[in-house]
Amino acid sequence: MISIFLKEINEFLDSLIAYVVIGVFLVGIGLLMWVFPDTNVLDYGYASMEPVFSLGPYVFMFLIPAITMKSFAEEKRNGTLELLYTLPFREIDVIMGKFLAGYFLVLFSVLPTLVYYFSLFQLGNPAGNLDTPGIMGSYIGLLLLGGVFTAVGILSSALTGNQIVSFILSAFLCFLLYAGFDSLAGINIWADWSYLISELGIMAHYSSMSKGLIDLVDLAYFIGAIAIVLMFTKLILGLKK
Amino acid sequence: MSVVISELTKIYGEQRAVDAISFEAPKGKVTGFLGPNGAGKSTTMKMAVGYVVPTSGSITLDGVSVTEDPLEVKKMTGYLPEHNPLYLDMYVREFLRFIGSAYGLKGSTLKHRVEEMIETVGLNREKKKKIGALSKGYRQRVGLAQALIHNPSVLILDEPTTGLDPNQILEIREVIKNISQDKTVILSTHIMQEVEAICDKVVIIDKGQIVADDQLTVLKEGMNDSNGIIITFEQAVDRQVFVSGGFEPKEYGENAYLIESDRDDLRAALLKITSENDLPLLSLTKAHKSLEEIFHRLTQNQKS
Repeated sequence: MISIFLKEINEFLDSLIAYVVIGVFLVGIGLLMWVFPDTNVLDYGYASMEPVFSLGPYVFMFLIPAITMKSFAEEKRNGTLELLYTLPFREIDVIMGKFLAGYFLVLFSVLPTLVYYFSLFQLGNPAGNLDTPGIMGSYIGLLLLGGVFTAVGILSSALTGNQIVSFILSAFLCFLLYAGFDSLAGINIWADWSYLISELGIMAHYSSMSKGLIDLVDLAYFIGAIAIVLMFTKLILGLKK
Repeated sequence: MSVVISELTKIYGEQRAVDAISFEAPKGKVTGFLGPNGAGKSTTMKMAVGYVVPTSGSITLDGVSVTEDPLEVKKMTGYLPEHNPLYLDMYVREFLRFIGSAYGLKGSTLKHRVEEMIETVGLNREKKKKIGALSKGYRQRVGLAQALIHNPSVLILDEPTTGLDPNQILEIREVIKNISQDKTVILSTHIMQEVEAICDKVVIIDKGQIVADDQLTVLKEGMNDSNGIIITFEQAVDRQVFVSGGFEPKEYGENAYLIESDRDDLRAALLKITSENDLPLLSLTKAHKSLEEIFHRLTQNQKS
């Protein structure tokens, strides 16, 4: 698993992918947080990182599929999957190696936004007048959400040998998982089931975490979702043999 | 360490790509695996390395079953796939290090093996390049180095010399021959000279079924039912001389004829004619059926 992980990381660093992903994420979030008039906190008047956490998932929805789209699709197209599968790796090693490498990149793109926290900390009046637990909760939520998106991206990549199909599919699935269930639950036909349906989506768990409440149920939801999606990936790769 | 394949079958949809084949590749020998395009060679090899799951039947490498313990089998197998897929963005050393680490090689052993492989397959001049920048022949060498890096006891090579120039072919054949002494090697190829040059045993497959499985020498001998003689002269000789002697000579290159007959004492009879007519004889040799003809005959028979 480690050798796959290192290989993938090297690939990210050798190609421009890593720099573009981290750069675009930071520029995008930075603009939303500090510059764009509709969303910037300076005009907003409250020391909050709300823009990062409410818009972050939407930025991830495009960036993470871009990171993961080649993971299996390209190996399939180049035939190198055959090479990989005839090396003494277990299938789960290959999947986990690729997942963790993608996730690593996500972590690294989020890490620099901690600077925003310290800027806001100083901007608050008085300094430090900030909802720190809420922000920490949101960070954990955002990282877990990033994990689910990465897993979904890996799954889409395993489904097809075409990177573009993989990208579109995973962006759509991420959107469905994040906002889709919540919106579906809003349709006025579910009666009492509506709550349950919204609980299936990521948004319900993400927003409860951003209140600073780290509930075991939410943690279990995210980790469970990652595990289930990766298991599906294994199943699909196994079927294609 | 031998490879035993028994009743191996792979069905894709309606098509029986490999149909209940059984053969054995002995240790210390090079087994040539031949067959026309689409005969099932690559599928069989992919099954032997655990990439394709067989529909039924078994493959064992020194008693270890591919389907039951694929990880163990993969550890002791080196495999060069048909189209030699490589990571083109990687440097030669980087790639070999990755493959080596996958086989559990570490630290100085890994470093040492990488350099040794670069030396063995003759990649020294190109070792600092990206794989994408290498020519086909050199990529093939990288593929071979990749298959050899963990010193596997079983080596499965799917058309190892395609795309190489004649010198490279000779070099790579030499490499394969040298390493085969304590390994089991199975290689598929279209080039018959290659089989004659390095294989000890030949398995010919056609339409998913085995049509020949024998030692190379036995196969060639057994197939040699023709009783032809090639007779060569110093200068052009009128074929009429032989026709009058009751033979039917066929042109066989410059100043030479191929003469086939049911008679047993062909050579003696021909010598008699030459001496009687005072012809300048250069040589008189038995015509051998080439492996190519044998291959053609075996795989052609199936079709009719």
